[in-house]
Amino acid sequence: MLGRRGFLRFLALPPYVWLAAFLLAPVLLIGVISFRPEPGPIDFGEPWTPSLVQYGRILETASYLRQLAISAVMALIVAASATMLAFPVAYFLAFRAGERASLYLVLLLVPAAVSFLLRVMAWRLMLGQEGGINSALQWLGLTKEPLDLLIYSRSAVVVTLVYVWIPFATLPIYAAMGRIDRRQLEAAADLGAGPWSRFWRVTVPLSLPGAAAAFFMVFIPTVGEYITPRLVGGSETYMYGQLIQDFFGRAASWATGSAAAVIMLVLTVVLVLVATRLVNLRRLTA
Amino acid sequence: MSERGAIGVGRTRVPLRAGFVLILLLLYFPIALLFVFSFNTSSVLSFPLREFTLDWYGAALTDGALLASARNSILVGVVAASIATTLGLAVSIAFSRFRFRGRLLLLGLAVLPLIVPFIVLGVSLFLLFTFLDVPRSLLTIAVGHSIIALPFATLILLARMGGIDPALEDAAMDLGATYAVTLRRVVLPLIGPTLLSAWLTCFIVSFDEVAIALFLAGRDPTFPVFLYGQLRFAQRLPVLIAMAVLLMIGTVILTLVAFRLRQRQP
Repeated sequence: MLGRRGFLRFLALPPYVWLAAFLLAPVLLIGVISFRPEPGPIDFGEPWTPSLVQYGRILETASYLRQLAISAVMALIVAASATMLAFPVAYFLAFRAGERASLYLVLLLVPAAVSFLLRVMAWRLMLGQEGGINSALQWLGLTKEPLDLLIYSRSAVVVTLVYVWIPFATLPIYAAMGRIDRRQLEAAADLGAGPWSRFWRVTVPLSLPGAAAAFFMVFIPTVGEYITPRLVGGSETYMYGQLIQDFFGRAASWATGSAAAVIMLVLTVVLVLVATRLVNLRRLTA
Repeated sequence: MSERGAIGVGRTRVPLRAGFVLILLLLYFPIALLFVFSFNTSSVLSFPLREFTLDWYGAALTDGALLASARNSILVGVVAASIATTLGLAVSIAFSRFRFRGRLLLLGLAVLPLIVPFIVLGVSLFLLFTFLDVPRSLLTIAVGHSIIALPFATLILLARMGGIDPALEDAAMDLGATYAVTLRRVVLPLIGPTLLSAWLTCFIVSFDEVAIALFLAGRDPTFPVFLYGQLRFAQRLPVLIAMAVLLMIGTVILTLVAFRLRQRQP
């Protein structure tokens, strides 16, 4: 019979092995392949000498860098908007909803349970040339011609993604607010702080880790997006994620694609590390 | 209620409730529109609506490829959720009950997929399976999904393990139970509902996932992969949406069950 200590190995080993095999190994593999001199296709058996050619290709091509910048800016806008819209929602749930908070939370979670593709499709159908908004406007006699500004634009992608992420972004903020000790607010009031000053100087700082978590929970999936821009975006919304997908699909340039993926991964990890320095995310799990 | 008003922003100055209702309306409106669209005879969403029909639902439920993709999604979801929940349980017990070298690393690795963009994970696993000569199939999708679902299982279960007094386990072992028996007879019953909730959450994460699945799918597509592939055929849209609405009802119910299970735990 195993003692408690001996049992640890049975608990820790399987997750270590699984994560090493299917998280670390694949990431290491794209790291290795990104140093291949030939863009692809790849014959794994063939010997090769490492080079930085693929990184050079990405970093010296203006249009690739532009796509990276566009993706980062779009993800920033989407994440900031979703977090700012989610903040008052979480505040309402945590401080005002009272007994009905869990009912309201359920109401918020139902749309989040609807398939991601379906929600993106809903916006495509609404924004399209023959879509809901255009046909409703024409039906009501407000416009004669369909407005083609609605779909295939950057704003269509941003609006769709903010819509998709609002419910999800609410959860960490709500959790952080739920942990705020109400006595701290009472103490602030006793010391003469008015409602606004209590909000800005007690509630906001204490819910900041939740807001930061919400921001990254939106930013990271958005910066790597390649599906939403394909469905509601156009040529001007071509994102870095689509570039990576195309290197692996159409272009069959696996080595170049790997370098592009490594660049994205490094940038996201660095960003998260910087953020955890600024905001103590550990308070979230404590 | 007046007490609550006293500690927040003045009740009258910021119409929070109205804002919340507005956000809810905004969230439900596009989904409601799809719902209406799925009962409309026209294959484009335009106003005024045409006639009411159930044909799209009939067509969806007799479409072999569509049904097969839904079945594939369930299969992948069950496998991925089972792997992720088992591993997440192991990580949460190891992390909350033991001190050992690599303890933080284990938790860090288990939640790492949260900060890896899906496209990066998708292409890396695609290359790994190609490198290992593993043909892409539902199984490779399930492996990918087990990785992205693991952080959810781990965090849900870790929060619950923190709420259980380790003295209960000590007591069981003092009374002569081995650690395996203690886990099975003391810990498992206590976290049972959370375990189910974690499994359901992982299942939903997998069921809806398309960005990784697109890279790992072989000849059999999951429903989101199938849906994505068919979206360019405009005339197929109403049938696809009818099917998606049916599946949506299922995932919404599962989400609510997962939520209730977790709320009932102290």
